[in-house]
Amino acid sequence: MDSAPDSDTVYLPEGVQTAVKLLVVGHFAVGKTTFVGALSEIRPLRTEEVMTQAGALVDDLAGTRDKTTTTVALDFGRVTLNDTLVLYLFGAPGQRRFTGLWQDLTRGALGALVLADTRRLDQSFEVMGVLEELGLPYAVALNDFDDGPGHGLDEVREALDLLPATPLLRCDARDRVSATETLIALVAHLLARTGELEHA
Amino acid sequence: MTPPGRRPGERLVRSYVVTGGRSHPSRNTLDLVTLLIAALGPPLTGLSPEKRRLMELCRPGALSLAEVAGHLELPVSVTKVLVADLMDSGHLVTRTPIPSAGPPSDTRILQEVLDGLRSRL
Ligand SMILES: Nc1nc2c(ncn2[C@@H]2O[C@H](COP(=O)(O)OP(=O)(O)O)[C@@H](O)[C@H]2O)c(=O)[nH]1
Ligand SMILES: [Mg+2]
Repeated sequence: MDSAPDSDTVYLPEGVQTAVKLLVVGHFAVGKTTFVGALSEIRPLRTEEVMTQAGALVDDLAGTRDKTTTTVALDFGRVTLNDTLVLYLFGAPGQRRFTGLWQDLTRGALGALVLADTRRLDQSFEVMGVLEELGLPYAVALNDFDDGPGHGLDEVREALDLLPATPLLRCDARDRVSATETLIALVAHLLARTGELEHA
Repeated sequence: MTPPGRRPGERLVRSYVVTGGRSHPSRNTLDLVTLLIAALGPPLTGLSPEKRRLMELCRPGALSLAEVAGHLELPVSVTKVLVADLMDSGHLVTRTPIPSAGPPSDTRILQEVLDGLRSRL
């Protein structure tokens, strides 16, 4: 790919003053890229972070030629919400060892959506643990793969050991409306939680 | 996306060159969603090719730091170094992401996000 500015670069509307971010996290092939792509108004972009084995971000790039570094891809999309506010969605893999990446991603983030797959629920624990340690509130969405076992939501809630207030819903990451409804459930939860903290 | 034929690591070697091997951005406040706006004024003469490319990308309108990294195919950490330099030299101005003023402003922002998402259904 040519690295000159893409002809389809879409700039932000002129009045935009504030940018917020939400994370879309989960294990490999759970549907993160699909989810971000279904919602984004721009062609989803991809960038990368370089980390040491210990998970620290490498910004001394002399170190990136070192064989011990790992590159992690982030894909992200954009949703303009009104004349002044824009939302960015960052899809990121859930490995705990990428601590530098987590710090960068979660700083200032409003919250996270954990995508889960009923065929591999156990693979969601790691990322849920990371979010809990970092204190970032989240909702869980079961991405509907057609061949997935038909677990009831109560059963899944128990298997994932979710707090009663944590939203759990089904979604189809390929569908814009379903993906939008899923984010609405997440943000409604974040708002309710903030309200409770204020009145605590 | 690495085109066929490009050796792994090649981009990073180039990245190392573009930041002059210097490591830490002078502004730790830079975030993935910091909005970057080209300042009217300082000429691009004397800028390194990578900084010039970044400025040319930003000229037509605002973009987030993550978008700039994506379009230029540079790691986020390298982009931060370039952006910090361009802020210091007066070429770029930024709009900081969500002011971390605490719960009341969080509530207002979250309500705005919720309304914005609902309006898209
Ligand atoms: N049936 C079905 N397939 C999906 C869904 N979401 C994603 N996929 C497919 O699952 C695969 C992995 O999705 P991807 O978004 O790349 O996962 P990521 O690794 O988490 O980014 C792709 O082939 C998608 O087309 C879904 O909701 N239903
Ligand atoms: Mg992906």
